[in-house]
Amino acid sequence: MENFRESVSWVIGGPQGSGVDSASHIFLKSITMAGLHVFGKREYYSNIKGEHSYFSVRVSNSPVRSHVDEIDILVTFDAETVVRHSPYLANKGVLIFDPEIKGKKIEDIHTLDFSSKKKINKILNDNNKSFDFIGILENLRERNVFLIELPYFELIKDFSEKINDHSLSKLARITNVMSLAASLAILDFDTKKMENGIRSIFSNKPKIAEINVNAANYSYNYIKSKYADISERFSKKLTYEKTNNNDNNIIIAQGSQTSPLGKIVAGCRFQTYYPITPATDDSEYLESNQIIKQTDNGSGSVVVIQTEDEISAIAMAIGASLTGVRSCTTTSGPGFSLMAEALGWAGINEVPLIVSLYQRAGPSTGLPTRQEQGDLLFAINAGHGEFPRIVYASGDIEESFYDTIKVFNYAEKYQLPVIHMIDKFIANSIMTCKMFDYKKIKIERGKFINKNSHLNLNDGNIIEHFKRFNLDEGPVSTRVSLGTENGIFWNTGDEHDEQGHITEDPEIRKKMVEKRMSKLQLIIEQTPSQDQITVEFEDILKENIEHKIIILSWGSTKGVILDTLERISPEFENIKFVFIQVKLLHPFPSKLLEDTINKLIGEKTGNDFKQDSNSKTTLISIEMNYLAQLDILLKQNTTINTDYNILKYNGRPISLSELHESVLNIINKNLGKRVILENGV
Amino acid sequence: MEYKLSDYKTEVHNDWCAGCGDFGILNSIQMSLSELKIPPHNVAMFSGIGCSGKTPHFIHTYGIHTLHGRVLPFAQGAKLSNPNLKIIAVGGDGDGLGIGSGHFVNSGRRNVDITYIIHNNGVYGLTKGQAAPTLKLGMKTKSLSQPNMNDSINPISLAIICGFTFIARGYSYDVKHLKDIIKKGILHKGLSFIDVLQPCPTYNDINTKEWYQSYETDKEDPSIKIPKIYKLEEENYNGIVNNEIETEDKMSIALEKSREWEKRIPIGVFYQNDKFITYGERLENRIENYFSSPPAYQIVNDKEGNTIANIDSLLERLKTNYGLVK
Repeated sequence: MENFRESVSWVIGGPQGSGVDSASHIFLKSITMAGLHVFGKREYYSNIKGEHSYFSVRVSNSPVRSHVDEIDILVTFDAETVVRHSPYLANKGVLIFDPEIKGKKIEDIHTLDFSSKKKINKILNDNNKSFDFIGILENLRERNVFLIELPYFELIKDFSEKINDHSLSKLARITNVMSLAASLAILDFDTKKMENGIRSIFSNKPKIAEINVNAANYSYNYIKSKYADISERFSKKLTYEKTNNNDNNIIIAQGSQTSPLGKIVAGCRFQTYYPITPATDDSEYLESNQIIKQTDNGSGSVVVIQTEDEISAIAMAIGASLTGVRSCTTTSGPGFSLMAEALGWAGINEVPLIVSLYQRAGPSTGLPTRQEQGDLLFAINAGHGEFPRIVYASGDIEESFYDTIKVFNYAEKYQLPVIHMIDKFIANSIMTCKMFDYKKIKIERGKFINKNSHLNLNDGNIIEHFKRFNLDEGPVSTRVSLGTENGIFWNTGDEHDEQGHITEDPEIRKKMVEKRMSKLQLIIEQTPSQDQITVEFEDILKENIEHKIIILSWGSTKGVILDTLERISPEFENIKFVFIQVKLLHPFPSKLLEDTINKLIGEKTGNDFKQDSNSKTTLISIEMNYLAQLDILLKQNTTINTDYNILKYNGRPISLSELHESVLNIINKNLGKRVILENGV
Repeated sequence: MEYKLSDYKTEVHNDWCAGCGDFGILNSIQMSLSELKIPPHNVAMFSGIGCSGKTPHFIHTYGIHTLHGRVLPFAQGAKLSNPNLKIIAVGGDGDGLGIGSGHFVNSGRRNVDITYIIHNNGVYGLTKGQAAPTLKLGMKTKSLSQPNMNDSINPISLAIICGFTFIARGYSYDVKHLKDIIKKGILHKGLSFIDVLQPCPTYNDINTKEWYQSYETDKEDPSIKIPKIYKLEEENYNGIVNNEIETEDKMSIALEKSREWEKRIPIGVFYQNDKFITYGERLENRIENYFSSPPAYQIVNDKEGNTIANIDSLLERLKTNYGLVK
């Protein structure tokens, strides 16, 4: 096992509540302050304390968007982390562990899952090692893994004597900072920069900052003096800037914060939620920052309401939207299931509404804290009867910010619910990216007369009584907010006439259905093509290449696909690689996608792609579900036939390691149509 | 501008059954709005599903006919986004105490300044007379094949326990009295609940108009006739909290009073407390200009379509060099 040379992969693990999160944040802060790029992701159980959690970070001098399975540096707080993750340590990797574990028994770790136990058992068996930590460590040593003992308890004791503070329990928290300082010593990281990182994390608590800085230096020097030659292992992989990073253009963004940031920019001023992983962080961020600075020197605000359930959450958001505010509700699969009826109400009453749908693994409670893209078809079909909606998916953290502003525009322009699909992987990941240019996207409110523009009865459009669902205006009619003078209208979940009163008249019914449903065509016609589908990768320099591999995907698989193609493309000069990301999932951009692929293939036979089995174009769809839901949409809406579906549904996001390997296998024709990935701890 | 009663009426054909108690409620709401001189466009009527759900279509104000059981969340969302709207929510007892009971309970925790009226008739009328949450155990209304298997919810008791701050009962054939109660409910600062005894002439053949308006003869003096329905205010009952320390006592007497049913049925105001903080005021404690600049009034973009939000300081915190001690 050899890791990708251009990056270092660092994993820290321990029981939930042991400080894995704070340690990784200081690590990320120090590393990124030195001008390096990172991609980090958090994995955890649906549990408060005790179950295994870990944070993995990939560090590089160039941008990174995905994780790898191989680990260069594994930092462990407990025995379980060693069992679960040491099999993934790269040869010549480094394990930091508490020597105390040597006396522990693997069978005593009650939180260890079956597959990890099976895996370690096989490794130890195959290598004739005993089923214990002595066996594990022996095996690692044979694989040339560097074993670093960090006796936390003794170190803290020595340290506390040194600083004359004997409150050991208080100091227990500093094991976090000691472990990451050890990692930074291995990476030969500048101690000044490490100190900067720690101080910036504890900027509000200068005293605690100093204790942590001292502890970090203590641990750093301990490693340097005891394992003098270790830093050579990685010193060539990463280069640190000579000066402190003053690049104002790079941010480190967390996926649970970028969509709510976009909401503030978009003018969302009302949001509801019922607590649910992984969506709640969005509302919590918004509520913590609910007072909004404005360029007109005024002060805006977002009202964030925790409701009694998700039915109430969507109903309140709709009620608010009727008053003219840009309104949103935020949830995950189980909550969205409860929202289905009200979604249809928003549909028939043409109410602009955003549902931020943070997918997680289902069905039912499923894997509440794990990744899946299993809700695509549900998002498109949720609710009874037919009504128009938009389903829009973001590919990564950076996109989720800009897309959030766009979806609010769509909702008002077309007066319908928009389901903005994000997921657990995006929400619980963190990455360096370009500073957001938040003034880039304009706010478009569509045919909306807000309170300040008085509705005039003598206006040509309004005769006698305001018609909220005026059939003469086309699919989208003028909307006013509740409280507008001369704008009185009615809404009902029943079919309605132009004013909004109940009707069962067959002629009006037909016209209203057509009014609403024709919005779908309008959306396809008016949405810029790059906002519908994006060609994220294309080997434009490779000319006259017969063999083309076209990858189709949607949502958060984007990063790992891009990283894979950037690696694999230079290895195959005779293959042209293309990656198309579908962002608008409903209404489906059928013709645009077909035309784009046609153009790439450069030929088309009849109405079908690739009728010839010897065709040189290989189409692969990649997504995290069992049914290949994007592929189902392709079959439903286009004549595109995929050759391979790379799928994953074990709850763990796709790694660069496994995607790289499976694309290689496809090139070598080693695989059947369904390629199922299964890596991850 | 002066508004006449007719300004609150629509031309929409009313398809309720002849003699339906809903008419009394409809008239009372229209009269209340007219007497309080609230401009029609400042009012939004929200409703649930069922016969009562059609009420907004007959009233010339904004009318939002929502989903079965969900009227309170819809109405609260609108009020919290635009606190200047007068919001009245109506629904049946099945709507509010059956499918929507979770919202009923939790609305009490918020005390949003809206008025909620339940058309209480003990049956699901529009689906042809099934037992609803206020129908007593063992009762057999005419379209039930067997007596009711569930016991009933007491809406007044429930509202007291949940935290509603204005709790009253009216009778739909006493329009003048009902109108006065609805006016008080609308004027009350906080969440008002009005339980209206509303005979369903088609499906509830037990709690009929005749039943509600019946008399009992005094055992000692047969010349004295005791009407089933009586007015709380006529019997020196006072459920108004004038001082915060009275809260517990007034709730207790209201709870006790709410248990009366078999012999005599009280109507009027059971409990009223305008000293308790509303949800809007709670928001104002966090957002200073909430009432002058609520969500619905905020302008979010300039004429060119640029956002007027300035998130520079939030983005500053995300910079990789943020917090760098130089």
